[in-house]
Amino acid sequence: MTEPFRLDGKPSITAVGSEMRSYYGRPIVKEPVWTWEIPTYFFTGGLAGASAVLSSAARLAGNRKLARRALYIGAVADLVSPMLLVSDLGRPERFHHMFRVVKVTSPMNLGSWVLLVSGGASTTAALLQLLDRWKPIRIAASIVSTLAGPPLATYTGVLVADTAIPVWHEGRHELPWIFGASAAASAGAAASMFVPPREAGPARRLAVAGVLAEGALVQAMELRLGKIGEVYHQGEAGKLSWAAKGLSVAGAALLARRGHKSRAAAVVGGALVCAGELSLRWAVFKAGFQSARDPKYVVESQRRRIEQDGTKATTRPAS
Amino acid sequence: MNLLQDLLEPQADPDGWEAYGDEQKERVGFFTDTSVCIGCKACEVACKEWNVIPEDGRIWTGESYDHTSQLDANTWRHVAFVEQRKPLVGDGDGSTGLRWLMESDVCKHCTHAACLDVCPTGSLFRTEFGTVVVQQDICNGCGYCVPACPFGVLDKRHIEATTDPPPAFLGRKEDGRVWKCTLCYDRLKGGHEPACAKACPTKSIQFGPLEELRERADARLAKLEGEGWNGAQLYGRDPEDGVGGFGAFFLLLDDPEVYGLPPDPVVTTRDLPEMWTNMLAAAGALLAGVTVLTLLGSRK
Repeated sequence: MTEPFRLDGKPSITAVGSEMRSYYGRPIVKEPVWTWEIPTYFFTGGLAGASAVLSSAARLAGNRKLARRALYIGAVADLVSPMLLVSDLGRPERFHHMFRVVKVTSPMNLGSWVLLVSGGASTTAALLQLLDRWKPIRIAASIVSTLAGPPLATYTGVLVADTAIPVWHEGRHELPWIFGASAAASAGAAASMFVPPREAGPARRLAVAGVLAEGALVQAMELRLGKIGEVYHQGEAGKLSWAAKGLSVAGAALLARRGHKSRAAAVVGGALVCAGELSLRWAVFKAGFQSARDPKYVVESQRRRIEQDGTKATTRPAS
Repeated sequence: MNLLQDLLEPQADPDGWEAYGDEQKERVGFFTDTSVCIGCKACEVACKEWNVIPEDGRIWTGESYDHTSQLDANTWRHVAFVEQRKPLVGDGDGSTGLRWLMESDVCKHCTHAACLDVCPTGSLFRTEFGTVVVQQDICNGCGYCVPACPFGVLDKRHIEATTDPPPAFLGRKEDGRVWKCTLCYDRLKGGHEPACAKACPTKSIQFGPLEELRERADARLAKLEGEGWNGAQLYGRDPEDGVGGFGAFFLLLDDPEVYGLPPDPVVTTRDLPEMWTNMLAAAGALLAGVTVLTLLGSRK
């Protein structure tokens, strides 16, 4: 058989085409159109949610300083979060369309409602704390933000998992847990930075426990993902994954060893853990883009499913 | 719309369609028979013309006759061209035969549509004809439907807005909303067939009531089988597939991935009830974990 002639000597499309199991290597699912605001929000939303819980728990424990500072940290993160989200919209002036409906099939819709409740409650509580007024209202607002906090910190895992991106959808079992652990770590780390070491014991413990739990959960997710999970070791997602591990483990170690004695060590350690948690959210974000870009992840995972369960997507002749 | 119920117990009918009651119309769709497509791209042109879709640049791809490349915000019909060293009919011995596959791709108007499910504003909706349409006056460009679609159909329009531009104070000219095939909702309302089907010179694109199209497709598949065509298969015809059947389905002459289509698409929200339960457990663990860690340490 003579190959079709080409000036550059490369195999012609016709020759390549007979072997091709994708359409010119083009992606099947679209890459997300989300920009830098979204992974940053995953971090600030998690920080806000877990800080609200830390604040209330510290108040129960009688640690007023930690309770107040965590409340302020959470309120600031809760204020920044909606700004990031609105900025990412293609039509920011229509942000309020998020509240036209209540829709359980849309994690983004329910998440918007949770952020509205959490943000409203935590900023109210923080403002009343600053003014030192209307204690019953402040307590009520604190309770609301404490209950809204954990869903706020974890729903973002469902948000990315509820897509057709292979590495996100197949990671659906672990992602909300990873985001929850990461949120706990960042809330503990941020409080360690802003609270004197003597009162920051629970915050440091939270940071260390969060980093450990998240490390184990990420491993569990990668085991489950198998080949699809290779994007976490390649390209930008690979670099970010290493940064996430390195920064958060170094920060947690510093907090554990020196955080109780030195304020400087607590500040540096807390900052390192926060940087690590931000990197983790970015790693997950970028992994999704890489997973969408190469059609092999869609085709191979679906072909494997077809081998096991068959498919009804295609109907072949009876013979 | 009772989307929660549809989520927990998917029905054979399109999600949300039943809400129309007496105003519900017969479900319509496309049967795209690629075995008679000649790659003329009349569908692409008719679609662009009728729907006033802006020009978004021309790039030479070197991929056969395809310089459109994919469905996106500014392309709602896309003709794929695949060149294969394989005879159209019969096995051949590998030394003879060349076939040129052409397929006009379009939004599938899924029975269980992920884009419609995840849309946080309710901009994406089910029409009385059982199709899926974006309401451009509602869409705020959140982009969630873009990675949710298992076919990569939806996309955000990044070029300058031609209608309804963003307010001046934003300092943006980009349209910023998501666009896709409407199955010519306006034409359906007026009792006409969609522009692409109207323009198709070979009846590769057939429009009509979905049930009727399915019967027609079965007959066509049986005919091609009898004639020994290579790789003939229907794609998206079965109401029991991962998206509950396509409103716009296909007759292909090779596996779906050869045309850039997913071989076994599943609506992502099928797993959402399980995901919500899992998330609630994670949230509970976070609440308990932080509280216990804080209280235990403080007692010392």
